[in-house]
Amino acid sequence: MSLEAGQAIELTVTPDRYVTVRYAGASGDFNPIHIDEDFARQVGLPGRIVHGLWTMAQVARAHCDAAGGPEKLKRLSVEFRGMGRLEEEIVVRGTVQAPSGEVSVVHSEAVQGGRRIIRNAVAELAR
Amino acid sequence: MAVNTEAIGKMFAPTTYAVGREKVREYAAAVGETNPLYFDPEAARGAGYADVVAPPMFAVVYASRSVVPALFDPEIGIDFAMMVHGAQDFRWGELVVAGDEITTTARVSDISERAGMGFYVFETESRNQRGDPVCAGVWTNIVRGAG
Repeated sequence: MSLEAGQAIELTVTPDRYVTVRYAGASGDFNPIHIDEDFARQVGLPGRIVHGLWTMAQVARAHCDAAGGPEKLKRLSVEFRGMGRLEEEIVVRGTVQAPSGEVSVVHSEAVQGGRRIIRNAVAELAR
Repeated sequence: MAVNTEAIGKMFAPTTYAVGREKVREYAAAVGETNPLYFDPEAARGAGYADVVAPPMFAVVYASRSVVPALFDPEIGIDFAMMVHGAQDFRWGELVVAGDEITTTARVSDISERAGMGFYVFETESRNQRGDPVCAGVWTNIVRGAG
């Protein structure tokens, strides 16, 4: 699969109630803001929040699936803004830019309820 | 209170992570992957890999073990309770597969202060057992109230 300039990539995912527990175990990031409802509220959050790197993994997955596999993804750079909430749909949307040398460049973001929780994502994919 | 920039350039001892097949599967399932390359050794071998392939973002698993000591290093002085992950950049080389041993080195590449917030930037370099680069990471953490 090769990506064409102007092509859209999209992935929709809803983090279920326990995804942060599974991701904490899988990744080793046990920060209690992700797994302990009481702790999260004590530090002023609305409740447990999604790991930013889990959301970045959704952005990476969208790119790998669109490009034809993990070997295509050469770079992904993101900015985290705001908090990802559980049980609320996240949409990753990207647009393939004009080719640059050996790679295709894709600009994307991840949006949840109108809030852009990942911004200015830039990916480079082998052509 | 100004941020302490003396730790810029500080290097941390390398860590080595042995990539296991079940850990790759556990990670891939936790992030919602369905590609058989991540789960099925036969599918991975059929595609030319020695064992199941780690999703690119599995870099978090093998490389963060080098970053965590920096987050708690008193010479750097991050207030962990006030820290948020601001940005992340990964560049990938060879794909990582189960059975690989990944060695990661970390260094403090920058500490700065803007708008009352501290910006702490760490760089990691990860290589497999053959010395091939597999991932270079730039981890930007923001500490509120550090400026």
